[in-house]
Amino acid sequence: MGWYDRILKRSLWVFHVSASPCNNCDIEILDLLTPAYDVERFGIRLVGSVRHADLLLVTGVVGKKISSRIIRLYEQAPKPLLVAAVGTCPAGGATFKESYTRAGPLDEVLPVDIFIPGCPPKPEAIIAGIIKLAERLT
Amino acid sequence: MIGRELFYLLVFPGLLFTAVVGCLVGVLDRKLSARFQFRVGPPWYQNIVDIFKLFGKETILIRESPTAVYVTAPLVALGSTMLAAAVLGSALFFRVDIGGDLFFFVYLLLLFPVSLILGAFASGNVYAALGAGRESNLLLAYELPFCLSLLIPVVKTGYALRLTEIIARQATGGAVIGSVSGLLGFSVMLLCLQAKMGLVPFDLAEAETELAGGVLIEYSGPLLACWRLARQIQYVVLPLTAVALFLGGFSGPGALAYPVGVLKYLGVVFLMVVLKNTNPRVQGGRMLEFFWKPLSLLAALGVILAVAGV
Repeated sequence: MGWYDRILKRSLWVFHVSASPCNNCDIEILDLLTPAYDVERFGIRLVGSVRHADLLLVTGVVGKKISSRIIRLYEQAPKPLLVAAVGTCPAGGATFKESYTRAGPLDEVLPVDIFIPGCPPKPEAIIAGIIKLAERLT
Repeated sequence: MIGRELFYLLVFPGLLFTAVVGCLVGVLDRKLSARFQFRVGPPWYQNIVDIFKLFGKETILIRESPTAVYVTAPLVALGSTMLAAAVLGSALFFRVDIGGDLFFFVYLLLLFPVSLILGAFASGNVYAALGAGRESNLLLAYELPFCLSLLIPVVKTGYALRLTEIIARQATGGAVIGSVSGLLGFSVMLLCLQAKMGLVPFDLAEAETELAGGVLIEYSGPLLACWRLARQIQYVVLPLTAVALFLGGFSGPGALAYPVGVLKYLGVVFLMVVLKNTNPRVQGGRMLEFFWKPLSLLAALGVILAVAGV
């Protein structure tokens, strides 16, 4: 959408969705918001409500019980909305690949814009992923 | 005549000017806060980009809420803040009173928290209701010392109630802050403005970390943009209130009047940012106690001193 995407990419407000994670990626996301990494340089802010979100950071194996709730969260957020899957779990399941509670990779539940692999990905890797996603919006 | 007032309202001291300046000063606040935390901070255009982005997003209305109140609350907040900017700005820049006197101005400032409370209750969210309860506590707490501190410049300038008169009499008789009662009033007012802006020691209503956005939790898209724009305009209006009432407005020797005025304004903003970054959020009860016990007493003492002529 041309000019609107150029505005959107400079002010991505992030909402953190935990979809049955082991908490490692969540801790890395919290590290991301510490002064050492300072994502406010790129206009990225962590918001507390999905209604303010532009980007969902989804972590964790997508469990069967949580998948309907993720869909509901996605529907509650105002569009245009981007989704980034953080960690190996939402992509391939990592060590929980064979688990009977797993609902499959995240892109079978939500339209995913970018996968950021790693177990857990370092904060630098998450920043690099979000910046790549932002550069795709032109 | 109508054309001139519309210009005041929408372009120069009103909406357009204060929105742009407010966004820039808002970034100054974010940038200074970032420096306090040893960070780099956002680029200078960040707040403008944020607001444009919000205007392009989807608005979500809630089925179980009174939609009329939910939608009009942010518009009333933005409109009243814009009017307050026009009233104060035209008194400061053009030395004309449009609309009314100090009482009118105080009521305009009051409309923002009232519509915030109404909008939050209308959104029907538990966190928003908690936030609205805290906002009404805050309103009850700071309004008493705020109004008492407003009386001090009124008394010091010979019972003038018009904004232009208060500014003009300070230009001839010296700024109100030069006296003991003026200094008392200014410090009380600074703390009340901090609460009016919802900045950190008194940000109980929004409280990102406890209430997840509190009063604004259900707002999205253009309606959220209206709230944020009104907040950015407050970055201009509220510090300028202190400048106009206590620091003598934009008056100085000849051509230096405007640069000196801008320096006064930036000084007040800097004090507020320092207060914001050196204090943790207070509890509701302690906040009420703080505003009612020491601050109201100090403000009342200031009024008595002002009447006595000190």
